[in-house]
Amino acid sequence: MKKLINSPENVVEEMIEGYVKAHPSHVRRLAENDRALVTAKETAEGKVGILIGGGSGHEPAFMGYVGDGMADGVAVGNIFASPPPAPILEVTKAVNKGAGVLYLYGNYAGDVMNFGMASDLADMEDIQVEMVLASDDVASAPKAEKEKRRGIAGEFFVYKTAGAAADFGYNLEDVANIAKKTNENTRSMGVGLSPCSLPQTGEPSFELGENEMEVGLGHHGEPGLRKAPIDTADNVADELLNSILLDIELNEGDDVAVLVNGLGSTPRMELYIMFRRVEQVLKEKGINIYRSYVGDYITSLEMGGASITLTKLDDEMKKMIDHPVDCPMFVQK
Amino acid sequence: MNFTAKELINYFKQVVEVMENEKNYLCELDRKLGDGDHGVTMSIGWQAVNKKLTNELENETDCGKISSEVGMTFLNAVGSSVGPLYATGLIKGAKVVKGKSVLNDSDLAEFWIAFANGIKERGKAEVGDKTIVDTLAPAAKTLEENFAESGDFLSAFNEAVKSGEEGMKSTTDLISRLGRSSRLGERSKGAQDPGATSAYMMLSTFLTVVKMRSE
Repeated sequence: MKKLINSPENVVEEMIEGYVKAHPSHVRRLAENDRALVTAKETAEGKVGILIGGGSGHEPAFMGYVGDGMADGVAVGNIFASPPPAPILEVTKAVNKGAGVLYLYGNYAGDVMNFGMASDLADMEDIQVEMVLASDDVASAPKAEKEKRRGIAGEFFVYKTAGAAADFGYNLEDVANIAKKTNENTRSMGVGLSPCSLPQTGEPSFELGENEMEVGLGHHGEPGLRKAPIDTADNVADELLNSILLDIELNEGDDVAVLVNGLGSTPRMELYIMFRRVEQVLKEKGINIYRSYVGDYITSLEMGGASITLTKLDDEMKKMIDHPVDCPMFVQK
Repeated sequence: MNFTAKELINYFKQVVEVMENEKNYLCELDRKLGDGDHGVTMSIGWQAVNKKLTNELENETDCGKISSEVGMTFLNAVGSSVGPLYATGLIKGAKVVKGKSVLNDSDLAEFWIAFANGIKERGKAEVGDKTIVDTLAPAAKTLEENFAESGDFLSAFNEAVKSGEEGMKSTTDLISRLGRSSRLGERSKGAQDPGATSAYMMLSTFLTVVKMRSE
């Protein structure tokens, strides 16, 4: 696949360089570690620090969500690979304002180990750390094994509510509880239409026939539940939504936030066609869409496809969802 | 056997070369089970180790320090899941040879047993989960048993590498139960685990190194 890069070995480094130079009023790189980025603004003393992180290649996630109302810092890994403990620890030290730091990341073996090691190191420096893992992908494990599920686009809502709670002055335990509550009330499922390719290998990350789609695809091209012939946007949206609605109890009158997320190379046109169907189905069921997000929020390089995420909202979470955000790659007024 | 710090550095340099040569093969294996980057990850990590060995550890004589520095360098270059796994193995191995500039048969056996056990504990995997442990656990078991009997590292490690190879090959027919590939269920059958494969390469490269010196 064709890519506009200089050399495969330097893509992450050069992306970060471009990013911090493009948004100097929002983010800065720590001198201690070149994979450690924090907000350029001074955060309030006593505010819980929000630290996010994960592999590169998911942009705007994760570094795009550092800013007012979301995360205070991010540890950036190699492509699709968890960051090591060193940058996580440096960000932890930088964003700790005496109230502790909350780590938010997706449920993947590598992230669990690296963030776990970093939190041990932070503990040795007397910084209080809590961790909440996103596990929203219904296709990745049965409901009875939710703790095994991977985190995909629903992570966005976890950052959103936790970031707001930290802004509202909640303490570490309470911010973590908001993040947990959001994760528990969030479900996602995706569909893949075309693979991405890693800059270092140039090979497609998975194989799919010309007229095939991968139902339940993961965020790194992990195969999903099954391959199926490509279908209409309405039918695909119905299947994803049905799987979600079977998994989370939603009743008439409930409020949800909806995210229709593009995986990298799927046009907004198609995402809005998908959203149209989601709205129809939810309306039929009497479920109220409190706020909607349509676009590329967590991608997989140039992968084709989309995911649907629903988060069931209570009054507290609505307040968090409404909170304004000012990040380089995401603004909400 | 008197295995020197210089030889340990040489071994790690051999690993650098092996991982670079096998980069595409490891990626190919990983594309069937994961995101296809295992070879790239190993290459990034071992290239960073290569720099560290050349620039800072060339004259280091403490085998423990060499092993732990290699582990930390690898970890901080890659993160991922293999970062913490290999780093933990190398640091656990470093602990048993701390302060030693020459390793005898018993040091070497203990080093590799600690290496394998450290990885197993960090990854919380069991034999049969289709992971790196399928190579390392049987290799460590064979090494421990054979070395207890003979006291000869080379022959015991030779048998250990055979057990590791069998373990690695056994992953082909296994259904993955841990890590990203576990979401594949039945579809993970038929592909050899890339982590089990790179672990085997680390062991077999060490065997090559110690065999060559004994010839």
